[in-house]
Amino acid sequence: MWQALQEELAGHGFQVIAVAMDSREGDPLPWIDAAKPTYPTLIDREHRLAELYGIVNVPQAVWIDEAGRIVRPAEPAGAYEGFRQMNRVTREMPEDVARRTAQAKAIYLDAIRDWARNGAASAYAFTADQARAHLPAVTEESVTAQAMFRLAQLLLRRGEREEAERWIREASRLHPDSWCIWRQGAGVTELGLAAQPDFWSRVDALGAKRYYAPVDMPGMP
Amino acid sequence: MVTLLTESGEHEVTGAEASTEALWCSARDAEGAAGWVSKPEGLCRGPVCVPLPAGREREFVDGGRINLAALWRHLGHSVVRSERGHVWVLGESARERKAALASLEAPDFALPDPSGRLHRLSDYRGKKIFLVTWASW
Repeated sequence: MWQALQEELAGHGFQVIAVAMDSREGDPLPWIDAAKPTYPTLIDREHRLAELYGIVNVPQAVWIDEAGRIVRPAEPAGAYEGFRQMNRVTREMPEDVARRTAQAKAIYLDAIRDWARNGAASAYAFTADQARAHLPAVTEESVTAQAMFRLAQLLLRRGEREEAERWIREASRLHPDSWCIWRQGAGVTELGLAAQPDFWSRVDALGAKRYYAPVDMPGMP
Repeated sequence: MVTLLTESGEHEVTGAEASTEALWCSARDAEGAAGWVSKPEGLCRGPVCVPLPAGREREFVDGGRINLAALWRHLGHSVVRSERGHVWVLGESARERKAALASLEAPDFALPDPSGRLHRLSDYRGKKIFLVTWASW
């Protein structure tokens, strides 16, 4: 999806940088090979971007202008809650939910195009005050959780798996809004992580709370 | 031997002495791994000096050694240690991280691509950057 956008908008000084928030050895590599991207695909095992930008889930994106200023802080990149209403056996989505999911993606992609072409004049590029009002929350707990996550990654590399897993669980408890932390602590089965009962029970526990934070763009579901 | 994880990366510190609360390092290691040095005005990092609380100086500085864990807590930064105390993370402070974000200056970082080559965000300055995260699941 990002490759097509990169090709379409390269002439406007637009640059995709994709970052895999993966900490398992070798994990993102087959996916990167398959996508054959011309933009850089980086690997962030210690979740440095979570510390620096407040990333809590994927796909989340940050828009940064030519001068290195954040014009849209971390927010879901065209993703919508629709999957919560899909049939968990057939993986089918009700028609109206599928439509809203497609709509969220289309609105977001058009917003990127508008910004790439019009820069600061784009209605989608926040002013400084708007950008500040949309910054993700940073708390003592979230900062400590990221430190624990970093500790866990080092222990994992050294083969101290049991203690590493305890730290990831503790980090996830301290910073429950981070799906990125939870995801790296969850066990993987042959079904894939997203098909697991653990994932669904955590999603269901959200209740009325969003899995993907709302994105402030006109018409966004 | 203690491994220190700081903003500048991973550092092996040979002479460190760790207890549950304290992490005493030589002046050389404190400077090399964390950037702090002891001066008459207090503990300093670059041009910034933090005066030590009166009467509690020995919690922070003892002869040539510096208690980095005490300093970090005093600064309001996060400190996490492994159960055996052989790995310490001297982390960030929520207050500083919030202030940095509120400046709206995109924080720089260096991350590897699959071939191991490091890319810095600042390498791409001058472009409109769409920084997007994903995971393989």
